[in-house]
Amino acid sequence: MAKRITAIVSQGQSQNPAKRQLEEDIVTALVFEPGIDVIVVPHLYDLSGDATGMLALQGVKGNMIVLSWLYERAARWTLDRNSVRGLVGKSLIQSEEEEEDFEESTEEDIDRVADARPVPQRQIYCLDLRCDDSATRYVEEVKRIASENSAEVVQLMDWISGDPKPEQLERYLHPTPESPATPPATQSGQGNNESPSAPLPDAERHLEDSGKRRWYPVIDFSRCTNCMECIDFCLFGVYGVDQADTILVEQPDNCRKGCPACSRVCPENAIIFPQHKTPAIAGAQIEAGSIKIDLSKLFGAPESSESAEEAAMRERDEQLVMVGRTPMTQDLGPATQPVAEQTTSKDHLDDLIDELDELDL
Amino acid sequence: MTAERVFMMGEFAAQFPIDRRYARNHMWAMGSSGQWKFGFTAYAVRLLQDVYFLDWAVEPEATLQEKDEIGSIESKKAESDLYAPIGGKVLRLNDQLLNDPSTINVDKYGDGWLFEMAGVGDNLLNVDEYITHLDAVWEVTQRTIKGQLNE
Repeated sequence: MAKRITAIVSQGQSQNPAKRQLEEDIVTALVFEPGIDVIVVPHLYDLSGDATGMLALQGVKGNMIVLSWLYERAARWTLDRNSVRGLVGKSLIQSEEEEEDFEESTEEDIDRVADARPVPQRQIYCLDLRCDDSATRYVEEVKRIASENSAEVVQLMDWISGDPKPEQLERYLHPTPESPATPPATQSGQGNNESPSAPLPDAERHLEDSGKRRWYPVIDFSRCTNCMECIDFCLFGVYGVDQADTILVEQPDNCRKGCPACSRVCPENAIIFPQHKTPAIAGAQIEAGSIKIDLSKLFGAPESSESAEEAAMRERDEQLVMVGRTPMTQDLGPATQPVAEQTTSKDHLDDLIDELDELDL
Repeated sequence: MTAERVFMMGEFAAQFPIDRRYARNHMWAMGSSGQWKFGFTAYAVRLLQDVYFLDWAVEPEATLQEKDEIGSIESKKAESDLYAPIGGKVLRLNDQLLNDPSTINVDKYGDGWLFEMAGVGDNLLNVDEYITHLDAVWEVTQRTIKGQLNE
């Protein structure tokens, strides 16, 4: 008897028809697959912990495959902060070439927050929908994982300690969706105005939440050492600690839109802003030491190289000024005249050309 | 019916109402006494074509300098960051566009407005000055997009 697996398709924010089509094609193909339950949720990162979509994910007890428009790490740790946890499932679709020698990189003597935390014994596979334009590869990969998953059953049953009753085993092998067909009533604090959707076949559920865009840091606890640099650095009260004095993103919505400063001061690169333009900040799998050398200055980029710390302090100051507070580092404040001179001297054509350079057919 | 000026982008007639001012980064500005509502001009929308995604990097109350980055946009033809057309304070962002950015295409001079700012608009152009500006940049625009936009 095969074990069921849940495939979650998290929709992107963009109305790009090609992206929407990809999501739709994947869902359509998977709905007919035996053994696979499909749940469609809005953009993972925008969901609050009590949003309908997140409640549905929290209700999934078995293995799950999450397909989203986010880097795998960003998706995984966004789920983690919403108490959706599990072991890292290895997918063959990776947004970056995975370092093959990850064995040696774990040979460190540093205590990571994740080391001390119990993780449910189930697999969560995260797939980045930006890896491929066609649904086929995702559908094949989901099916591959699903078959691997059902083949594991025998082994897993060997591992189950104790002596489960037949009905317990049955529940384990066939986890019933908590509330099939009818999504939980709207409990989101985001002021949803969703219309109750008609019951769908239990293989596929669409959960909608009104899409409020959010911006907040997501901590990768497999990297975090609880060093508290971030809580010391952020002046907007985003961070806090739990009862065990472990760092957490306590007030995510205090975070300043667009500001990634704390991620730059994190010594372990453990802070992810999934929506940031820079892949390393958005959660791309970049190990320290494997970061490519930036040759843009060699190729004529303007002289603006500031260290990560300088960038962080500048960004923080910009945010402080925006809310009418005093910047911490006066000399980097926006009132510096020569800088203003320089920015206005940039030709308007330059902007247009920059804009047009982006045009892409 | 609002009177307007026309600028020919090849075969395409881009229209610019005369009841407002214009920023060189191809946004219109409507308002007075230091309060401005901004949106994309027909020139910008024509280059962008269908808008799929818009996101803000700032929030209301933010104080900006001219050319500070304020957000980003993805359309059928382009991906670009957006910059403040004037210095000042952000009053309001058109959050309706986050869920349905196509309003920019449907009603660029009305419901498709982008944001409101309080600030000095002395550098904003009147419609004729803007058209002169377009005359000056159109050649470069064409050269740049030639070979990239085959239509």
